[in-house]
Amino acid sequence: MDAFLEMVREYGPDFFWGTVLTIQLVVISALLGAAMAIPLALARMSRNLPLYWISSAYSIFFRGTPLLVQFFLIYYGLGQFAFIRTSFLWPFLREAYVCAIITLTLNTAAYSSEVIRGGILSVPRGEIEAARATGMSAFTAYRLVILPRAFSLILPAYSNEIIILLKGTSLASTITLLELMGASQLAASATYQPIQVFALAGIIYYCLTMAITSLFHWLERRYNRYMTLAR
Amino acid sequence: MAGDGPSAPREIPVALDVRSIRKSFGSHEVLKGISLAAREHDVVAILGSSGSGKSTFLRCINLLETPDGGEVRLKGELIRMRQRGGMLVPADMKQVDRIRSRLSMVFQQFNLWQHMTILENVTAAQIHVLGRDRKSAVEKAEAMLAKVGVADKRGHYPGQLSGGQQQRVAIARALAMDPEVMLFDEPTSALDPELVNEVLKVMRDLAAEGRTMLIVTHEMGFAREAASHMLFLHQGLVEDEGPPREIMANPNSERFRQFLSGSLK
Ligand SMILES: Nc1ncnc2c1ncn2[C@@H]1O[C@H](COP(=O)(O)OP(=O)(O)OP(=O)(O)O)[C@@H](O)[C@H]1O
Ligand SMILES: [Mg+2]
Repeated sequence: MDAFLEMVREYGPDFFWGTVLTIQLVVISALLGAAMAIPLALARMSRNLPLYWISSAYSIFFRGTPLLVQFFLIYYGLGQFAFIRTSFLWPFLREAYVCAIITLTLNTAAYSSEVIRGGILSVPRGEIEAARATGMSAFTAYRLVILPRAFSLILPAYSNEIIILLKGTSLASTITLLELMGASQLAASATYQPIQVFALAGIIYYCLTMAITSLFHWLERRYNRYMTLAR
Repeated sequence: MAGDGPSAPREIPVALDVRSIRKSFGSHEVLKGISLAAREHDVVAILGSSGSGKSTFLRCINLLETPDGGEVRLKGELIRMRQRGGMLVPADMKQVDRIRSRLSMVFQQFNLWQHMTILENVTAAQIHVLGRDRKSAVEKAEAMLAKVGVADKRGHYPGQLSGGQQQRVAIARALAMDPEVMLFDEPTSALDPELVNEVLKVMRDLAAEGRTMLIVTHEMGFAREAASHMLFLHQGLVEDEGPPREIMANPNSERFRQFLSGSLK
């Protein structure tokens, strides 16, 4: 126990900043991923063939290959292209942090778009027709009826997706990022106390998961009132 | 009722003019050329056995289904269609949306937006389609909800209401658009028998007010009392039509006679 407290005293700040970084990765990629996932889901349902094919290929690639492979491809792969190395964006794209955000965003967007697509498809047809029958344009019907309704239908599945994203951030340690997992690995090799160190990391991940779960419970209470109140 | 029988003055303008609507699903020709002209204040009851194409006909009028042929005019304005790949498609979706906002539809399954409160259901299209400001939309909604007798439910969600109440909200939602013609597709067929009358009463009041309505219904008593004109569809054609009391007493078609005796059993 003393050794554990000693370790916390010594490496507490590292764990703290690692956790902050993990939270950053989750929040930023979740938001960017969601923003990307909506057009992606629409493209996956589009009757426009090129759009459909491109979005399907994207989705199959990111859901069909391991996240670790995607991290390596983006972190080591981007620099292989001369036009990227010479572009003004290179100082950013070289950063492990930026590569991690890109990888996680692209990955979660692929999964989320499937969840969103499922949500859109389960909006009752009659409610969409009622919207169009009042004269709403397709865009307005999406904004007022289809997306809000789909949003409430997918909340449970979406919370799962964010939890998986949280765990996915731990792979960012493999591209030198000192997020929670990276910080733990350093502490473990410095202290020779891997059990204590990783137990602590596990507890922190668990708490973050609980936070995500409660956030989604709150969202469900707020946006699914109409379902819980229905008789 | 609507105050116009066979002797109604000819000058009353035609509100909705539908000509030779045809529609097939695959090789199944559901509508083989159906026409109807509803003058202002007309209440047209559309009858027919199940599968005769009543819903399809109504949905072709507001283009929820795209007809394969025919013309729809609202107050003289033709919904413009064009050919694309051998199919008829709307020439201008903006025009279709505009026409739809002047033609309200009430569905068999109510189709209220479940995630919106009753008040939001009745204000949404007023604000986002007609461009009314929120305050006047809410006033209008409250007036319409009061009119159909569900004003006390404004903060509830559709799932908390009985079927009869939901259908009355759907009627309020339609009325709030100040429609020129209202389309009803079997508005009472999904209701428990004891809830049918509360909805029929609202519709009788609308007919008495002189609203122009097309009503697909199986409620023969209601159709006879409330309608000014009756249409019987069979196998994709208008098999019989006329003033309800006349054609119900003396059907011109044997099919209609059979239909009537079946429904009176
Ligand atoms: N989207 C569709 N695809 C294929 N067939 C359809 C479609 N919609 C309707 N039909 C067919 O067209 C015919 C007419 O259907 P419609 O719903 O218009 O009948 P209806 O007179 O309203 O019947 P009901 O009294 O049961 O409501 C039916 O045979 C139906 O199966
Ligand atoms: Mg029908």
